[in-house]
Amino acid sequence: METSVKDLTIAESVKEFILKNVRLSDIAEDEDLFDKGIVNSLFSIQLVTFIEKKFNIVVGIEDLDIGNFKSINAVNNFVQSKLATV
Amino acid sequence: MGAGMTTDLLLHGLDVVLVDLSAGKLDSARKEIIRSVRFAPLLLKTAPVMSEDEIVQKTLFTASLHDVHDCDFIVENVTEEWKAKERVYKVLDTIASPEVCFGMNTSCTSITMAGSLLSDPSRLVGVHFMNPVFLKPTVEVIRGYHTSVETIAQLDILLRQLGKGSIIVNDYPGFVSNRISHLFMNEAMYVVQDQVAEPEQVDAIFKKCFGHTLGPLETADLIGLDTVMHSLEVLFESYQDPKFRCCPLLRKMVYAGNLGRKSGKGFYEYVND
Repeated sequence: METSVKDLTIAESVKEFILKNVRLSDIAEDEDLFDKGIVNSLFSIQLVTFIEKKFNIVVGIEDLDIGNFKSINAVNNFVQSKLATV
Repeated sequence: MGAGMTTDLLLHGLDVVLVDLSAGKLDSARKEIIRSVRFAPLLLKTAPVMSEDEIVQKTLFTASLHDVHDCDFIVENVTEEWKAKERVYKVLDTIASPEVCFGMNTSCTSITMAGSLLSDPSRLVGVHFMNPVFLKPTVEVIRGYHTSVETIAQLDILLRQLGKGSIIVNDYPGFVSNRISHLFMNEAMYVVQDQVAEPEQVDAIFKKCFGHTLGPLETADLIGLDTVMHSLEVLFESYQDPKFRCCPLLRKMVYAGNLGRKSGKGFYEYVND
């Protein structure tokens, strides 16, 4: 799959936000943040709040599935799908 | 903690009166509550879906303590400073109905001592909620010298509504949880001060060797270093035991404004939104 500049921007912004909170030097884009214990489940609320603000989208009740936020790739896909429907 | 408690009460269908003297703190609490209630279904499948309007309708954000006069149960969450608690209990004693009980949500302060401020100390029980309140299934309940069976039963009704269990212990400052946990946190700070290990190493030993979810320094950052310092002062004052002497590094960090997660910097750095 081709990677656009927009993809990189979303993924990079999300990675930057996570890295600032977890004190790791790097995280793979497909790494499961919760299963691997990189962040605790409460961090998902911080992450969703960040996503809403950063990308100016509204996360609705139907979006509140941890699968949408479990990795940088998952967040990237989720944000892209929300932006596509705006 | 008031915001966390309010979130849990709202998620269980209860109306709340949230009091804080500071308009700024009330505003931050309001934002935090709206955010937590909105996104709670992400972490708690049984959490109801509530709109911002519903949340605001069910919560009275107020700077007046007198607004609690109609409440069925009153939980006090004032900072661990005796003078502040004293002022609040003296007012509560005059405005609450005689059948209403008080839950003292405290880290370390003696329930029996706070009870001495009330005309009927049997109405006061200690209740130690842990963060994040809506995800914690159990609370530590502390029976003061005069706490009545009826008061514990009233608290139990509230806790059942919140789907929580309790462990009831007797009253000595710090009870079980903080009398032990603050020794861990304080000594972890001495270890860092003495350059035995970096904060990451101290916490890694607790997580990777002992299997704790958080290390003592991460926990201290989460609680707030000023709160930890106040709690240690209460423990030291209460027991006059040097094992509770506050680590000088902790004092230095608090005076420097490095209060942990809430200030963006403590033993670690944080990005606050």
